[in-house]
Amino acid sequence: MSSHGQTPHAPAHESASQAHHGHSNGHQAGHGTLRSYLIGFSLSVILTAIPFWLVMSGAIDSKLFTAFLVMGLGVIQIVVHMVYFLHMNPRSEGGWTMMALLFTLVLVGITLAGSLWVMHHLNTNMMPMSPEMMKNMP
Amino acid sequence: MSQTQAQTHGADNGKPQFYLTEDHHPEGSTMLGFWLYLMSDCLIFAVLFATHGVLGRNYAAGPSPADLFDLPLVALNTAMLLFSSITYGFAMLQMERGAKIETLFWLGVTGVFGAAFLSLELYEFNHLIHEGAGPTRSAFLSSFFTLVGTHGLHVTFGIIWLITLMVQVGRHGLIEANKRRLMCLSMFWHFLDVVWIGVFSFVYLMGVLG
Repeated sequence: MSSHGQTPHAPAHESASQAHHGHSNGHQAGHGTLRSYLIGFSLSVILTAIPFWLVMSGAIDSKLFTAFLVMGLGVIQIVVHMVYFLHMNPRSEGGWTMMALLFTLVLVGITLAGSLWVMHHLNTNMMPMSPEMMKNMP
Repeated sequence: MSQTQAQTHGADNGKPQFYLTEDHHPEGSTMLGFWLYLMSDCLIFAVLFATHGVLGRNYAAGPSPADLFDLPLVALNTAMLLFSSITYGFAMLQMERGAKIETLFWLGVTGVFGAAFLSLELYEFNHLIHEGAGPTRSAFLSSFFTLVGTHGLHVTFGIIWLITLMVQVGRHGLIEANKRRLMCLSMFWHFLDVVWIGVFSFVYLMGVLG
């Protein structure tokens, strides 16, 4: 495809951005190279294939360990996407995108952990219910 | 261009510089603003994920994820979205080169993959509802349809935005304003892919795992 002609461009573009990165830092934020996109894509394919294979084949007996692996690989893939596709780095926009991301991650962590924690305790502290009561529920 | 380079290099004067001497304000703050929007969108999804985390095991004696979800279909869906992400990347690379036709081509390919993703998802929803596993069946299915449906709605609007930008680029070419818009959509599109990683890991795979 035409994208092959892109490769020689990449190093030139890199060095140009290095030369005056202090000036146009913000503008370099959304740019990648063919190489970085392909690396990100290959990593994503691998990181998607492994959890699907783990669950579909049931390769590991322990469900808990499989669950940990699936979630761990998911987190790694999110980081891969952030770096290679969304071009996150601590310098873009003077560091403010990273600050916003960290703040959001803190909020997401509080929301997820807090909800699960509180609701789990509400569940365990519910009045016990017999199967007959469950059947007669509206 | 050459003037700005001369200025920055003049400041060097051969001496090594270890810090930025000029206070740099990014001229366009659009990218930062759009990033903040994405982060707020991220919070919407976080709340929906939390809801699904809380309600995801309440089947109300109805079907469980292991009964309902067809993992090969989900894998195909995931592949569609992943392909659309890389083709959007190719479109961005062509945009940097200033190649209008190639940019439009890759944007078109991205749109096709996005539409394929949406059709597969709608097929799945349709199938579930016809099996009697609609959003009203159990708390698990309510939260599932809300979370996955919200993501699908985002993809829908992304495709509408994509088509709009293809028309804009076709009419006015790769002008500065269109480049800025394409970069915003790029962030939006890759962000949706990031959310989908959470969906297939947390909702589908963990659900089937039980």
